[in-house]
Amino acid sequence: MSSTITTEAVEKTVTDALISFGAEPADVTPETELTTLDIDSLDLAELSQIVDDEYGVTMKSSDVSKIKTVGDIVALIVAKG
Amino acid sequence: MSPKTTPGLVRPEGACALVTGASKGIGAASALALAADGWPVAVHYGRDAAGAAATVAAIEAAGGRAVAIAGDVADPGAADAILSAAEAQLGPVLALVNNAGITDDGLAMQLEDDAFDRVIATNLNGPFRLTRRALGPMVRARHGRIVNVASIVGLRANAGQANYAASKAGLVGLTRTVAAEVARRGVTVNAVAPGFIATAMTHEIPEGQLGAIPARRPGSPEEVAACVAFLASDAAAYVTGSVLTVDGGLSA
Repeated sequence: MSSTITTEAVEKTVTDALISFGAEPADVTPETELTTLDIDSLDLAELSQIVDDEYGVTMKSSDVSKIKTVGDIVALIVAKG
Repeated sequence: MSPKTTPGLVRPEGACALVTGASKGIGAASALALAADGWPVAVHYGRDAAGAAATVAAIEAAGGRAVAIAGDVADPGAADAILSAAEAQLGPVLALVNNAGITDDGLAMQLEDDAFDRVIATNLNGPFRLTRRALGPMVRARHGRIVNVASIVGLRANAGQANYAASKAGLVGLTRTVAAEVARRGVTVNAVAPGFIATAMTHEIPEGQLGAIPARRPGSPEEVAACVAFLASDAAAYVTGSVLTVDGGLSA
């Protein structure tokens, strides 16, 4: 059963995931660039799995490779949902 | 160091193991060994429904839990179907044993495309797709065990098996690289490399070849299964990217 996709819900999912990967909560804002959070390709792969599980949205590696900021991830998921 | 905070150290409750090609031989023995270790087991088979049913019955007779799941691992859609069926019946698959394999022997200079492609599709592409499908839930669970049943033929020459050797060497490369990719999530990926094991697949071991084995005998499926069960266990949490030869010293 997939959750309803709203920007707020997706923001929370993505923020929680990034924090679980080791990001400092205070550092996670829509403008934050992922490189400054020390988020790597395995983290993004796991995030894709989380998004698939929660929302039924599949993020391709070609989509993920264009992501720069936290807000980009949220926008991508909302756009695909 | 607390076991509760170290990824991969302790198997979560409610997880199951999936063994491909578990209707007979090394796969059936591995399914039984994992069940004896407390894993509910999804017993995958290609065509031998009776063999898979016998494996399930043997696990249940020993007090374990198992279901049989059919599928052709060479089919690109099979990985998702097999994993989804296992998840629906037994819970998340946190141990995957890629055992299903075929041979189609011939000297390379006479080997036809179809014989080469079929062996690669079953022995290498199948395990890759099953691994890819299994990794997401394992990474999220911070626990996973993938054991690939390779062969000493993937490590050293065996004339007449260029396709099989290539598939098993590929499986070893897959094992090592995926192990490095997911190690920090508590997911281990290892291979066993059996030598001459007395199974239906190796019924024609020439008498003369036994003399080349330092142990002077073929191995049993149970001796390989014990290694598979170890690599799938909590005790093997720090073993990853390794290839464990089980060959009576043949490649020593």
